[in-house]
Amino acid sequence: MSTTEPPSIDVENLVKKYAGVTAVNEVTFSVAKGEIIGFLGPNGAGKSTTMRILTGFIPGTSGDARIRGIDVARHPEKVRRHIGYMPENNPLPDDMRVIEYLKLRGRLKEIPRRRLRARLDDVLEVCDLKRAARRIIGTLSKGYRQRVGIADSILAEPEVIIMDEPTIGLDPHQIVMIRDLIASLRGKMSILISSHILPEIEMTCDRVVIINGGRVVAANTPANLRREFIPETNYLAEVQGPPEGLAAALARAGINNVSVEADSANGEHDFFPVTFATNDEREIGERIADALLAGGRYRLRSLRRKEPTLEEVFMAATRRSWDVLMPDSGGKGMRRTTDPAPRRNSALAATN
Amino acid sequence: MRHFPTLLRHELRTLCYAPATYIAAFLFLIVMGSLFQWVIETYNQSAQETIPWVIFFQLFWLPVFFMVPLLTMRSFSEEKRQGTLENLMTTPTGTAEIVLAKFFSAYLLYLALWGATIGFNHILFHFAQDPRVVETGPLLGGFLFCALSGLLFIATGIFASTVTRSQLVAGIFSFTLLFGLIVGSRYLSELKQLETTYSANLRNWIDALQIFQHAEDLGRGVLDSRAVFFYVFSAALMLSFSTLVIRSKVWRS
Repeated sequence: MSTTEPPSIDVENLVKKYAGVTAVNEVTFSVAKGEIIGFLGPNGAGKSTTMRILTGFIPGTSGDARIRGIDVARHPEKVRRHIGYMPENNPLPDDMRVIEYLKLRGRLKEIPRRRLRARLDDVLEVCDLKRAARRIIGTLSKGYRQRVGIADSILAEPEVIIMDEPTIGLDPHQIVMIRDLIASLRGKMSILISSHILPEIEMTCDRVVIINGGRVVAANTPANLRREFIPETNYLAEVQGPPEGLAAALARAGINNVSVEADSANGEHDFFPVTFATNDEREIGERIADALLAGGRYRLRSLRRKEPTLEEVFMAATRRSWDVLMPDSGGKGMRRTTDPAPRRNSALAATN
Repeated sequence: MRHFPTLLRHELRTLCYAPATYIAAFLFLIVMGSLFQWVIETYNQSAQETIPWVIFFQLFWLPVFFMVPLLTMRSFSEEKRQGTLENLMTTPTGTAEIVLAKFFSAYLLYLALWGATIGFNHILFHFAQDPRVVETGPLLGGFLFCALSGLLFIATGIFASTVTRSQLVAGIFSFTLLFGLIVGSRYLSELKQLETTYSANLRNWIDALQIFQHAEDLGRGVLDSRAVFFYVFSAALMLSFSTLVIRSKVWRS
């Protein structure tokens, strides 16, 4: 009989209330083994609270949180053997040296003594901390401190890593380094990472969970989220010619269901930007170009397809008017109370 | 208790790096040295019934009021302020282990400081050259009292440190609790209301919990098992409260 491996992180209808305020409300999502999940949400959305519940540091009010199938509320000590956690603001003791701190953490995380030295060498190397190993933590820059926190979270090679804003305060070089580091852990460890640097999340994560007002409002791959929240495909062009005839030119070429927004006031050398928005997922860029050039009325300087950024998806998903009722099974997808029509304008506005 | 030795080593190291430890040690040795000198001068002026060490140990409360808060006020309050308690409590370490490591590190330092006063004995013997002034019985009894009562005092300081994020507040709270414990028990035993026959039992209990009385008894070489039980049990109780506070604080944060 084959046994299915439990998900690395499994959260089901998790609720956390503080003095009457619901910080986490019926949150459901799961993280498969080796998967990297981006946890997004505005400030106060409940990201850190959910992460703290997953580490066993605070209990949920109701619902279930399991790490590797182990109930966090019932066996917090057992769960902590499977996780590496980097809290928000990355608190570190200011009076210890980097190597002393990591050695202490290694012992507390029950790494056998004979393996600890090798692991310390590894994490110092991977996190580029070799030169700072003997430095007092209190004298380190923000970037170095973040790296110490990350080194600590991966030190014991846990099956699950939970990082709350690990790239905050880092310079672009350090962000790339952390991104590569996290990417190198893909497949070996399951990672739940919260961040406000959305391009980083998009480049690093397999899936994204967006949380707002304590509820999961979206959970899917970045590509699926784009389709779900911003179904239009936008083409940006620089066109010369009468703006009022653009839609007719497309129609003559058999391209229908395309909205045209020409910004003729903002152009140079008679060329002005035009946005063509369509719900057709197929590539129609070439057909648009052909249609515009066919009659000789229009000149085209550039045309490109514009993918909505994760920021736009995030903004769309967290818009207050979208009151999420209940997440579907597994947290992938949800029902909304309002018509998604208003998204169209916002998407167009965002592309302009 | 697998992580206890690691945590204890870490806590001892932290205490050794903390300026408050050296301030406490300096003040303690200055104050106790001056007290010892004052006791010797008293003996020089008139004959006394007991040896100098008995009086010396009866003044235990004076250093306890400032030394215990200084040694313990940092333990949990600073970790809470910095947020490092969250880091610590998301490792497989248990709360009781953390509390015990912090308690024993402060207690060992407390014992070491009292142990340093044994040097006074050598100085006294060097100048007096009279074995009667350095009787070992009262000396050992005095140190045993310090060791036993220290369990409760340090546990009280640790408890005070668990309830706040401010070292200063922890220190003041610790002083207040110690003051109530040491002076309060004496005040209670002197209450006229407890002199009736109805309250005889209660009176006996309060007398048994008199810390000043324990210091006197042990100085004379009398070891009352009730005193041993009182210190061990009450220290355990304080540490249990500390563990509960840390857990409950965690839950509320």
